[in-house]
Amino acid sequence: MSFWDYVSSRREQLWIETWMHASAVFQCMVIATLIGVVVAIATYRSALASRIAIGTTATVLTIPSFALLGLLIPMLGLGVAPTVVALVLYALLPIVRNAIVGLAGVDPQLVDAARGIGMNRVMILLRIELPLAWPALLTGIRVSTQMIMGIAAIAAYVSGPGLGNEIFTGLARLGSANAINAAWAGTLGVVVLALLFDAAYALLGRLTVPRGIRG
Amino acid sequence: MADVTGATIRLEELTKHFPGQKIAAVDRVTLEIPAGQLVVFVGPSGSGKTTTMKMINRLIEPTSGLISIDDRDVTHLDPVKLRRKIGYAIQNSGLFPHMTVGQNIALVPRMLGWSRSRVSTRVDELLETVGLDSVEFRNRYPRQLSGGQQQRVGVARALAGDPPVLLMDEPFGAVDPITRGHLQDELIRIQHELHKTIVFVTHDFDEAVKLGDKIVVLREQSHIAQYDTPEAILTNPADEFVAGFVGAGAALKRLTLSRVRDVEVKPFATAGMRDDIATIRRAAREYGADEVLLLDERRRPTRWLRREEVRRGGAGLAVTAHEVGDTVTRDATLRDALDAILTEGGGKVAVTGPRGEYIGVVSIETLMGSIQEMLEADREAAREHLDELEAQREVQRVEEQERAGHEDGAHPAESDQR
Repeated sequence: MSFWDYVSSRREQLWIETWMHASAVFQCMVIATLIGVVVAIATYRSALASRIAIGTTATVLTIPSFALLGLLIPMLGLGVAPTVVALVLYALLPIVRNAIVGLAGVDPQLVDAARGIGMNRVMILLRIELPLAWPALLTGIRVSTQMIMGIAAIAAYVSGPGLGNEIFTGLARLGSANAINAAWAGTLGVVVLALLFDAAYALLGRLTVPRGIRG
Repeated sequence: MADVTGATIRLEELTKHFPGQKIAAVDRVTLEIPAGQLVVFVGPSGSGKTTTMKMINRLIEPTSGLISIDDRDVTHLDPVKLRRKIGYAIQNSGLFPHMTVGQNIALVPRMLGWSRSRVSTRVDELLETVGLDSVEFRNRYPRQLSGGQQQRVGVARALAGDPPVLLMDEPFGAVDPITRGHLQDELIRIQHELHKTIVFVTHDFDEAVKLGDKIVVLREQSHIAQYDTPEAILTNPADEFVAGFVGAGAALKRLTLSRVRDVEVKPFATAGMRDDIATIRRAAREYGADEVLLLDERRRPTRWLRREEVRRGGAGLAVTAHEVGDTVTRDATLRDALDAILTEGGGKVAVTGPRGEYIGVVSIETLMGSIQEMLEADREAAREHLDELEAQREVQRVEEQERAGHEDGAHPAESDQR
């Protein structure tokens, strides 16, 4: 059976797995972004605190994904829970680092001006600092997404959802019919999804970064 | 626009001691800034002038002392609310790059809860006030403006909530000298219309002389070396420090304080570009002059006919004669006029009206005479002023002694100083 025959014969299955993969990555990114921004807001005003935040998230990234997923099984079992936890942890570093760099990089004169015209702390954060840090933050989100797109495939090891199942099934049955086809279908699916996500982020950037600060 | 007059600002024993520093950055400053006046804080870097200013809107919290605006103690108000009532303009404009010019200006009015339509009208009005076309500029982003235009928008934003008090921290420090000159003229014009109380910080004494109704010369720890009118400081610096700060050329600086309209603009022999030599000579005779100023068909000065040329006559005079290089308007400072006279080389400069049309001339002799008179008058005024201050202090001493007796804290309301 050729690759395309394989894909068309298993169209529905592949479609569901692609959807699950995208959905898992998207949801984990939302959670990671929320956590990352909160961590960044809590730490960016102190050099020490931001170093600790970046250091911690960087350490997480050095743990091999296979190992982390495996180690989470005893605590969280199989399936969605360990997948989400692992993906969120991996996604944090680029988001936290870029958000901190973005927030700390806002010109102190602008913050002084904002205070001077009578904005309170929350307004300065929401109306001045976050919008100005947004391009940097968005870049962090893009990098994170690319990264966990691949890691999400490995989550199939803990019975997580997504295209990893194709890859793992294929690789486990090497030599048998359609094994290579399955592995290829899963891999290409991940690549295509990654490209689509990136295009979506580029569009989001176009729509949300104000013209006044667009590079 | 409502004619909101500025409020009187009083600083009493105002002190700022930054943690970890041995001496106070600002040490017991007592100062009254009269309503509706532009008062310039000037001093070397590190003199605490910016710190003093920033305590007025409490961007820096004072360690001790009192600040009152219109006899209201502001040291216990909510600083955020206080700042919405005090305009604030800084160096490099401080405009938010992700917001349009209109959005930047609208910030304070919106925080004050103005209606959408009122805010919009206000933005148009303010852009006009600072000399920018609303249709062209309100939807632009700051980076699409020149430095000078950004600074104008910065001033518009500071004025947006119609605050009685404006704090300006070296607002024109980062623009080129020519633009700075224009912005200063513009501020003078705006202040002439609005009569806000403006505290203006700069380290440029010339700027202080040009803008200030009064100047506070500060030395280290914000100690007041002299607080007086520019004229008085120029003619009678209180001590060596002030004299050093005034620098050389006080008489030249004095020239920036007066305008061409303040001196006599004399009529001069003029003729049209196409007039024949007989007409030109007649014009010269009429004024007893040996020079003639040629005007074009719209009465704009074009060429100077020097004595030689008037005598010699001949064809093509209008083409070969000395071209008018520089003219001044009635609003130009005498310093500009002197500069133009020196550039023109003929000992005089043509004064023109709003459309460039000839009004008269100012000569070097007129200028010299006027400067002598002004300096004399300044010295006289400074002497009187010193006497007055002495008398005031005496009155205060007496009042304080009485108050100590009565425990009655009410100040008599300060009358409008304009």
